Amino acid sequence: MADTPVAVPPAPTSAPAKPTVKVKIEAPAFREYPTIPALRADAMIDPDPYVSSAAHNEALGFPGTLVDGWEQKAVAKMGELLGKYRSLKVYMDACVHCGACTDKCHYFIGTGNPKNMPVARQDLMRSVYRRYYTLPGKLFPKLVGARDMTKAVLDDWFRYYNQCSECRRCSVFCPYGIDTAEVTMAAKEIMDSVGVGHKYVNEIIAKVHKIGNNLGLPGPALENTLEGLEEDVLEDTGVAVKYPLDVKGAEVLLVTPSADFFAEPHVDSLIGYGKVFHAAGISWTLSSKASEAGNFGMFIGNYEQMQKIAMRVREAALELGVKRIVVGECGHAWRVAYSFWNTLTGVGAGANDPFAIELQKQLDPNYKQPSHICEVTWDLIQAGRLKFNKEANDHRIVTFHDSCNVARGSRMGDYAGGQFEIPRNVIKAVANHYVEMSPDTIREKTFCCGGGGGLLTDELLDLRVKGALPRMESLKHIVDHDGVNFMATICAICKAQFTKVLPYYGFKMSMVGGVHQLVSTAIVLSNEQ
Amino acid sequence: MTLFFAILFYAATLILVGGVAYRVYDYARTPAPLKIPTAPAPTTTSGVALRMFREVVFFESLFKANLWIWALGWLFHVGLALVLLRHLRYFTEPVNFIIAFIQPFGMYAGFAMAAGLAGLWARRFLVERIRYISTPSDHLMLALLLGIAVTGLLMKFVMHTDIVAVKAFFLGLMVFEINPLPEHPGLYLHLLMVALLMIIFPVSKLLHAPGLFFSPTRNQVDNAREVRHLAPWAAQLERKA
Repeated sequence: MADTPVAVPPAPTSAPAKPTVKVKIEAPAFREYPTIPALRADAMIDPDPYVSSAAHNEALGFPGTLVDGWEQKAVAKMGELLGKYRSLKVYMDACVHCGACTDKCHYFIGTGNPKNMPVARQDLMRSVYRRYYTLPGKLFPKLVGARDMTKAVLDDWFRYYNQCSECRRCSVFCPYGIDTAEVTMAAKEIMDSVGVGHKYVNEIIAKVHKIGNNLGLPGPALENTLEGLEEDVLEDTGVAVKYPLDVKGAEVLLVTPSADFFAEPHVDSLIGYGKVFHAAGISWTLSSKASEAGNFGMFIGNYEQMQKIAMRVREAALELGVKRIVVGECGHAWRVAYSFWNTLTGVGAGANDPFAIELQKQLDPNYKQPSHICEVTWDLIQAGRLKFNKEANDHRIVTFHDSCNVARGSRMGDYAGGQFEIPRNVIKAVANHYVEMSPDTIREKTFCCGGGGGLLTDELLDLRVKGALPRMESLKHIVDHDGVNFMATICAICKAQFTKVLPYYGFKMSMVGGVHQLVSTAIVLSNEQ
Repeated sequence: MTLFFAILFYAATLILVGGVAYRVYDYARTPAPLKIPTAPAPTTTSGVALRMFREVVFFESLFKANLWIWALGWLFHVGLALVLLRHLRYFTEPVNFIIAFIQPFGMYAGFAMAAGLAGLWARRFLVERIRYISTPSDHLMLALLLGIAVTGLLMKFVMHTDIVAVKAFFLGLMVFEINPLPEHPGLYLHLLMVALLMIIFPVSKLLHAPGLFFSPTRNQVDNAREVRHLAPWAAQLERKA
């Protein structure tokens, strides 16, 4: 790959995907110097996101199709949210159009579409807010850029709020901390409330409620998969590592994204979690009820949905009587788990209300509740309870992609920034060759993979490919200079997205994998454990 | 004219104080149901205070974002702060020694303020992205602030007014006495624009000043696992469930 000229767009290789969109999808050219793109109006001429069917909307309690009098209802819903979310209220008022965020969004960098500048995306809603909720907007709409709630505005909302992956990179740079994700979530909540949902996300949430996970994997299938894994690992290592399901009285409940059960490369990390628990002698279990860590309720900004989805984890923990709750490699799930679970379901500590205490008195206070699997593994490494043969990873030169929700929406360990250090520490403990990507694209400045926020769907593939550009550029740099051949990440969406878009940029799809995939390769197991 | 300006400043002060107080009350009463600090975030309250201090005084996030906007914005705001402090001498008798001390700095700060504003305004024309997001009110706001700065500098350096009488006017207003305001077109213009700025403050983007202190991504402590954070409406929801 080192001989590919930087400025030439790599030809789309035989992509594994069958894109459903009719336009030819091509990766944008790598830029010689990552300059800010000139504005290209209507750069995205590909089809809009698919609108959710009535059945899927109704399954979530939303109107099936666009309701009568939706204009007033949407404006009224905005008023309700302005009263419920301080973030939205302050962020509608505070923006001064300074422009600090304008070049920070990966979708803007990839498409050049001005409406993908975070401030412009926010203004799609702010213009309506000004019209109905501020005096100058009521009196002089033109002067302050206020607009009526019309079908054209709604169409813009549906298109561009579904071109935001809620990655919050812009919020790092805003002098007032304005978080476009909060605005996008509110917009999706408003659209759902008048019957305009995004098919991909609403369909998945309906599936979680019905079957228990995003992929619609029923209990028996799960059991089969796990048995198959046990056989595979036994064959590979000669060690009987267990992948238990619904074991009452286990110490740890592991909640992981359902992609870990069968998708590549996700499953290799699941194998790794099991090996870690086996090697440390910790009893653990998965749950058929909470067989999904992902929580797409966050993507649509709907508190009730997010809570309902999170409640399955609480119920599973209570039923199984576990002492610890551990979350697998999933970015947005970890944000929900770390930042919201204590609020939504009482998984955490420090509560003084009976609802949360019921669970918290069962959980072991010596551990962070919930813990990330990387925290668990790193603690065990520090305690000397895991042995590694690091040379087993010597064929890999590894880099780490910080997933947006982990980097900017959560933490690991006891100190600010632990979410950056701990996964890197784990990687360096199990692999000899590690290279960092450009400092402007890692840690809290990391770029979204391009598929987060509920956009990991085929009809948005063109957007996803373009949105991956800044990450692909920094990857390209270390591939060419340092021979990096493995990009580790701790997010199921990142893994799925990169598997699909890497080939468009001339990389092998197998370059992406999990941190616990590396752990799995190097860990030394024995049957006595 | 004296009476007109007296009434105008009473009204403008009422609107500014009342309006901003209401907005602050409104922000304060609106719950933040979820923990959303932009990570990495401080894990203690004193850490949050320090983060907020860095944002308010140094514009830390803006510094990370764009050096041009940061330099021009910081120049303007620091200039404005010094100019405002300097103007305290028209409202106090005797004048505090610190206010007396900064008088010469405040004069130069007027130029810094105007330079910063001019630079920020130029960006609205020269940078395509910022031109795209600018509304007419964004331009007018800069015109207003620049107008205030320029008329102020003119009175200081070119066409002096009877500053002792101006001070008597404002000291009088503070004890509900109306003393004559000097007849001076530059002064009239300056005061008119200042009053207008005070009036639009509570209904415009100038709310970014109080807003920053209420921004959940900046003012929340990162302690979600240690403390259960529950908004009243969310607690209500929980009881129903």
